[in-house]
Amino acid sequence: MRDRRRRNRLADLAGRGLLVLAAAVTVAILLALLLYVLVKGLPLVSWEFLTALPRRMGRLGGIWPTIVGTLYLSAVALGVAAPLGVAAAVYLAEYAPPGRLTRLCHFGSETLAGVPSIIFGLFGFATFVIFLGLGWSVLSGGLTLALMILPTVIRTAEEALKAVPRAYREGSLALGATRWQTVWHVVLPSALPGILTGLLLGLGRAVGETAAVLLTAGSSLTIPLSPLDPARTMSVHLYLLAVEGISLERAYATAAVLVITILLLNLLATRLVRRLTPKGGHA
Amino acid sequence: MDHVHAPPVPAPTFTVRNLTIAYSGNPAIKNVSLDLYPRSVTAFIGPSGCGKSTFLRALNRMNDLIPGVTTQGRILLEGEDIYAPGVDVVNLRKRVGMVFQRPNPFPMSIFDNVAYGPRIHGVTDRDRLSAIVERSLTAAALWDEVKDRLHKSALDLSGGQQQRLCIARLLAVDSEVLLMDEPASALDPISTGKIEDLIDELKNRYTILIVTHNMQQAGRVSDRTAFFLSGELIEYGLTAEVFESPRDRRTEDYITGRFG
Ligand SMILES: Nc1ncnc2c1ncn2[C@@H]1O[C@H](COP(=O)(O)OP(=O)(O)OP(=O)(O)O)[C@@H](O)[C@H]1O
Ligand SMILES: [Mg+2]
Repeated sequence: MRDRRRRNRLADLAGRGLLVLAAAVTVAILLALLLYVLVKGLPLVSWEFLTALPRRMGRLGGIWPTIVGTLYLSAVALGVAAPLGVAAAVYLAEYAPPGRLTRLCHFGSETLAGVPSIIFGLFGFATFVIFLGLGWSVLSGGLTLALMILPTVIRTAEEALKAVPRAYREGSLALGATRWQTVWHVVLPSALPGILTGLLLGLGRAVGETAAVLLTAGSSLTIPLSPLDPARTMSVHLYLLAVEGISLERAYATAAVLVITILLLNLLATRLVRRLTPKGGHA
Repeated sequence: MDHVHAPPVPAPTFTVRNLTIAYSGNPAIKNVSLDLYPRSVTAFIGPSGCGKSTFLRALNRMNDLIPGVTTQGRILLEGEDIYAPGVDVVNLRKRVGMVFQRPNPFPMSIFDNVAYGPRIHGVTDRDRLSAIVERSLTAAALWDEVKDRLHKSALDLSGGQQQRLCIARLLAVDSEVLLMDEPASALDPISTGKIEDLIDELKNRYTILIVTHNMQQAGRVSDRTAFFLSGELIEYGLTAEVFESPRDRRTEDYITGRFG
């Protein structure tokens, strides 16, 4: 009896040790990666670097147009993917009768989520750039990114909606609320943190995407004003700087800015999630 | 108990005829027929799994939400078949409200929980909402405990408080029938007493149907009692008669606790 208890305690200790180790290794790798990029890149980052126009293909000057391009493309991507994806998820989770079509939709979005981004790039190039005549532009790139992140947005939103207890829905319907009132006032607010997490994941993918953007938004170094102007994102800029041997230091500096942008976006989103989580609610 | 002087029998609120309900083909309610009367309390008793909740949920068509449920027979609410095609289920559920077996407050503030029903039914005036919330919480014997924390989360309330909140939430909607599925199963004796007083008071205005596992409670609060066993209605009548001189041997066994 006493022996067994001791063995249990030892096993517990060993298990916990392993978990702590795994967590520590993960965090250490992440930190190392971040530190490496920041240490190599930050020394070159200055106010001028952030706000000036690039000169000689980015060998000199700053990266302002690529910051604008990144934000612009992400905004278009999210602006399209968020309403469309959440609406689709609400339909799938709340309205669609279980059956062939719904299963097909699931299969479709699951498959699309695993398709390499370059395929989306090619599709976007053929459809938006050529067929619809939008050319290399913020719109073509943003729409391509929207398609790319749509499956992720739909699936995370649907999971979040399905995790809302059935008792909430029943409670609302039993008070004489309509299906839609129930979704709007009870289900969606409860699922909001999960939905936002999915949007954030999508945003991260959009900001980091290179190949598909290069194919659909182009690589122009001018500041995009209209949605039909071509644009270059930070990721594309960093890729071209490195691959064409223009300036490795500036590639690192751009990488540092990119990493910090993503960190800031994450922080902002976490804040938002916390603000919007229903009072005392389950997250 | 002074149920000896039976009230004159009015027109029934619900008329149930040959009701059979099955989950994916497994019958949970078998060929049940009975009349349920207004301004009185009817208790549903019977061992766990005998179909009490299933029966109750048929009366506001909550079973529709469960895939694979089939309902046969007729249920009339004041003469109208509630399963007829074209029936407005939303309006039906407004008229026939329900308190669930497990308390299910929404993840919002206490105030918003109670105001939920009036709001979706079009009340927007702040003062009127406040008045409704106070009246409903008072009626559910919860007002004194929560009046200082109306805007705190309802999920931080105790289980018993949550159940009373759900009752208040229901009272805030002008229903005609209250379906209560073991409303006191999560409550301490004091809260249970409050709920029973409340039921006693509410029965002047509502048709109340209550499921309970507590025989004393059934005896105390109800005018009529229905005893179910494996989906069949074994006995139904005035509570005094069912408890004091049950016609069926199985009813007697169950009530006296001699049930296997
Ligand atoms: N969602 C469901 N799917 C399948 N079978 C169900 C479902 N709900 C209930 N049943 C079955 O129907 C029968 C009646 O269940 P019901 O919940 O109505 O019993 P009950 O009398 O309310 O029991 P309790 O006193 O434990 O609440 C049981 O055999 C149960 O297993
Ligand atoms: Mg039950």
